[in-house]
Amino acid sequence: MRFEPTSDQRDFAASLDALLAGADPVGAARAWADGDHAAGVRLWQRLAEQGLTQLATEASPVEVVIALEALGRHAVPGPWVESAAYIPLALGREVDGIATVAVPPHVPYALDADVADDVYVGSTPASAVGARLTSVDPARRLFEVTGTGEADPAAFDLAVLATAAQLLGAGERVLADSVTYVKQRKQFGREIGSYQAIKHKLADVRIALDFARPLAYGAALVSTGSTGEATGSAGERARAVSAAKVACGDAAYLAARTGLQVHGAIGYTREFDLSLWLTKIRALVTAWGTPGFHRDRILTSLREAR
Amino acid sequence: MDLELSASELAFQAEARAWLAEHVPAEPLPSLDTAEGFALHREWEATLAEARWSVVSWPSAYSGREASLVEWVVFEEEYYRAGAPLRVSQNGIFLLAPIIFEHGTQEQQDRFLPTMATGEKVWAQCWSEPEAGSDLASLRSTARRDDGRGGWVLNGQKIWCSRAALAHWGFGLFRSDPEAQKHAGLTYFLFPLDADGVTVRPIAQLDGEAGFAEVFFDDVFVPDADVLGAPGDGWRVAMSTAGNERGLSLRSPGRFTAAADRLLALYDERPDPRLADRVVDAWLRAEAYRLYTWGTVTRLRDGGDVGAAGSVNKVWWSELDVALHETALELLGPDAELDSRWLDGYTFALSGPIYAGTNEIQRNIIAERILGLPREPKGAQR
Repeated sequence: MRFEPTSDQRDFAASLDALLAGADPVGAARAWADGDHAAGVRLWQRLAEQGLTQLATEASPVEVVIALEALGRHAVPGPWVESAAYIPLALGREVDGIATVAVPPHVPYALDADVADDVYVGSTPASAVGARLTSVDPARRLFEVTGTGEADPAAFDLAVLATAAQLLGAGERVLADSVTYVKQRKQFGREIGSYQAIKHKLADVRIALDFARPLAYGAALVSTGSTGEATGSAGERARAVSAAKVACGDAAYLAARTGLQVHGAIGYTREFDLSLWLTKIRALVTAWGTPGFHRDRILTSLREAR
Repeated sequence: MDLELSASELAFQAEARAWLAEHVPAEPLPSLDTAEGFALHREWEATLAEARWSVVSWPSAYSGREASLVEWVVFEEEYYRAGAPLRVSQNGIFLLAPIIFEHGTQEQQDRFLPTMATGEKVWAQCWSEPEAGSDLASLRSTARRDDGRGGWVLNGQKIWCSRAALAHWGFGLFRSDPEAQKHAGLTYFLFPLDADGVTVRPIAQLDGEAGFAEVFFDDVFVPDADVLGAPGDGWRVAMSTAGNERGLSLRSPGRFTAAADRLLALYDERPDPRLADRVVDAWLRAEAYRLYTWGTVTRLRDGGDVGAAGSVNKVWWSELDVALHETALELLGPDAELDSRWLDGYTFALSGPIYAGTNEIQRNIIAERILGLPREPKGAQR
């Protein structure tokens, strides 16, 4: 029993964080939203060199969780859940370049299909890419696609877990930035972070994130990884990743609502960078299965296991 | 990363499970806050002790099994899964004993621990005073030095003393240096609740039973042998129990995973799709607590300490416990108001966000010590 990342895994997380902190991912995300993919694609290539697109086939779901958390923390644009989690597991091989996928009904549109080298529906290539739709998160460029491919259940579950990890990272970032802000902002002659009304809200975010993280790691341990062997049954795996998605989604959403509230009006602007995470969290909460779908899946699985 | 138990841990689990299956009373015992229930719960403690299951993590010299932290969590999981009785000795074995092991003399360990392990002596905690609740360090009960008799004379009043109505001994803090401010000048005392000058007035809790009491001290003599740790060092000594209470010791995940399982069984009996999400959330929060605890166990085993994360833990389990029982009551429908195990559990859960440091105090600790937010300006000091 050792329920903590290994030192190698911690080093991997730290090196990703360091790379991303120096790579202006916010600038890349803003340009990406405007259809200028150059900076985002350069960042994609650097991350691919770090092995991010190989994790699902070469490493374990724990590494997928660690990587996607870092991407969420830094608001990195691009179809990472698709290229680093779903597609490699569905096809049984690493993606070449950038790939994306729609998995109806829970993932009806393909993210960033305009920049992707390959576009899939389910587990087979899409027959056509259609119109672009506008997401609440400007950096999520969604496209209608046509195709008849079927969903791969294990790949779907890994993508759900990857989305949960991205939410966890985004939630952690919003909390960290909110703490920094309330220690600087003064009203009535003192830092607003010294008022209990603010403290208790942020403490609740800390609590929610601290209890969401073990569900993400726990789900990684029963998920299907590179060997194709999962330690848990399909029902256990589905229940665990759904629990991770619900908890990480709830915690990140609480972080977003609280972060917006403690920032006041400045947080309500597109210009302020907090908006990148607020809109991404809103989008990801319902991406790869809504909280309602996942709660229902948990209950069904628990009742079947009784 | 893994959640696998070792071969010896699995063997320990199997042994605990088999013993509990054979010995746990078939019918729930009456409440431990009634005279009859108190006696039956002490008998159960003796049964546990006889088979060396009452204090598994203690040294074998004190009838423990030297269980590791992992084994302790495993034992608790089995204990609650088996539906075993609440521990009437929990204030002693989980809160006081760790301090006696750390700060007590050999003589104190030999005198107090064996009878604690068998349930022969049940301990009550005496922390709060009428004017010292969340602000515990402002307590006013005094200890006056008596060199002639070689000890201290206690005066004052403690309140909300859990188990004090029926327990044999109490532990608490008294101000031994009237000149010292707040946290300084406090001393940790152990005292028999039938000592001359001690008056215990039971207080009926929300459920009508005397789960706690007021304790009055009127020139109560306590010999030096019953001072725990150094005189004047009581705050530091006591804070190690506060950490235990908030953190791992008092609320093992097994309590909540077992309750979540019972909630699922109740949902199967009385399915109500309108409450499905709340049933799921209760299970999910218990599962998160179980996994979080394994993370804590790993960090502790690596030499880390719980620290302020104990506050994160305490808010989580106490609010989870209330939400889980509220959901069960709603599933019971109009029968929810009738006497039941769920109603007992609900009433008990309501105290969780208040005791061991209110959840508001815990959130202050999280904000100041974990998030690093500025301290709120304190009110005028006495």
